[in-house]
Amino acid sequence: MACFLAISLYYMILPPYLINRVIKQVHFIGVKTILVIGLTGLFTGMVLSLQTYYVLVTFGAESKLGAILSVSLIRELGPVIAALMVIGRAGSALTAEIGIMRISEQIDALDAMALNPYKYLVIPNLLAGLISLPILTAMFIVVGIWGGYLVGVTLTGLSSGVYFGAIADSILAKDVLLSLYKSLCFGVLITWVSCFKGFRADHGSGFGAEGVSRATTQAVVLSSVLVLVFDYYITSIMMFV
Amino acid sequence: MIELVDIHKNFGNQKVLNGVSLKIEKGQTFALIGGSGKGKSVLLKHIIGLLKPDKGKILIEQQDISRLRGKKLKQLKERFGIVFQGGALFDSLDVFENTAFPLEEKTKLNSSQIRDKVLKELANVGLEGDENKYPAQISGGMRKRVALARCLVMNPEIILFDEPTTGLDPMTMKSIHKLIRTLQKERHLTALIVSHEIPEIFNIVDQVAMLYNGEIITVGTPEEIKTSNNKIIREFICRDFG
Repeated sequence: MACFLAISLYYMILPPYLINRVIKQVHFIGVKTILVIGLTGLFTGMVLSLQTYYVLVTFGAESKLGAILSVSLIRELGPVIAALMVIGRAGSALTAEIGIMRISEQIDALDAMALNPYKYLVIPNLLAGLISLPILTAMFIVVGIWGGYLVGVTLTGLSSGVYFGAIADSILAKDVLLSLYKSLCFGVLITWVSCFKGFRADHGSGFGAEGVSRATTQAVVLSSVLVLVFDYYITSIMMFV
Repeated sequence: MIELVDIHKNFGNQKVLNGVSLKIEKGQTFALIGGSGKGKSVLLKHIIGLLKPDKGKILIEQQDISRLRGKKLKQLKERFGIVFQGGALFDSLDVFENTAFPLEEKTKLNSSQIRDKVLKELANVGLEGDENKYPAQISGGMRKRVALARCLVMNPEIILFDEPTTGLDPMTMKSIHKLIRTLQKERHLTALIVSHEIPEIFNIVDQVAMLYNGEIITVGTPEEIKTSNNKIIREFICRDFG
């Protein structure tokens, strides 16, 4: 798997550069995931706000709602949940698509035409993941903060000035950078695992449709687990930097 | 022009090719026959460089394709065309886009030149008027014709056919055989056809080789194969010749 990434990165620096395919994949991975990100961001912010507000009220600290909500979303929930949504919507589709291309010899056909399959199927997805994930994460965080506003300010009656003031006071550049590094890392991780599993759909994971099905399941499970593992390590490293 | 020298290939513990040696002259139409799952398609993939042998040489005009890398391998592959068993068409592209794909990716022709060339090749394989259909909307025979057109647009010197008529009705099979023969004659192609269609395949080829237990057990003209006394060959073709 590491070899697969190394080969992909090597071919990434060599021409030709298929910009149109990257744009197409940004549309597939990024644009088509916006609705899911909007919905999950909204409800994550709302439920987080609801739970946090009633705990804070018992201490008379409800003015800290915006701070807790924004820090949680920026540092952890935004990058992680956005990544999990991309895995569910785009990662699984990528593995299935590449897996079907593998078992129906479409990848061999590319190779036989002296066209590099990595250039057409892997590199555009890696770049699209790298571009899309930070943007989707930012959208998730913004929508989440507005979801928190809906519950915390509109429903429970907290002042909007207090809510946004707490957010402005609590966000540090370091938090935003942590979120950015995580989303960049997850963007590569998800597309790497998904493309790799699709490419190897005919290797030891069953044959034909069964092979594609197993490869897709493995891609979703493995990338979800890796996102959570890497989330912990990136957080740990950044705390000491 | 194509020479295989002592090719060995194992997949895990399974021995697929066990010392295959074969020579195909330039401009010849060659049939490779043998039982299902015996390594014929694997051999084809070795010839075009999609698989590497564990041992042996695959010489294409004295260049060993299994040892070439980078630009030299690319240049050699460009001399080939292959029609895969299921066509291997890109299912997200329509017939026109599939046929135009290698031209768009590998040549500097403008869109009207590409359009002319694609429509001409589609007409050659009898698919005029079907260019806007997707692979899922056309029959197996049509898919194989599109795959052939996709090869022909790049003017290859050698075309490999992996069971081009398997699963097709007798009429479609005859029309594809006729098409292969006509194109081979017109363009002086070297063609290697993996086929189970016995005796029909004998009508369009110059030479036949039989793969058995990972080895080529005989090479000869269709007439020599038909009259062979070899027990294995007779058993394999007896359903057609008694």
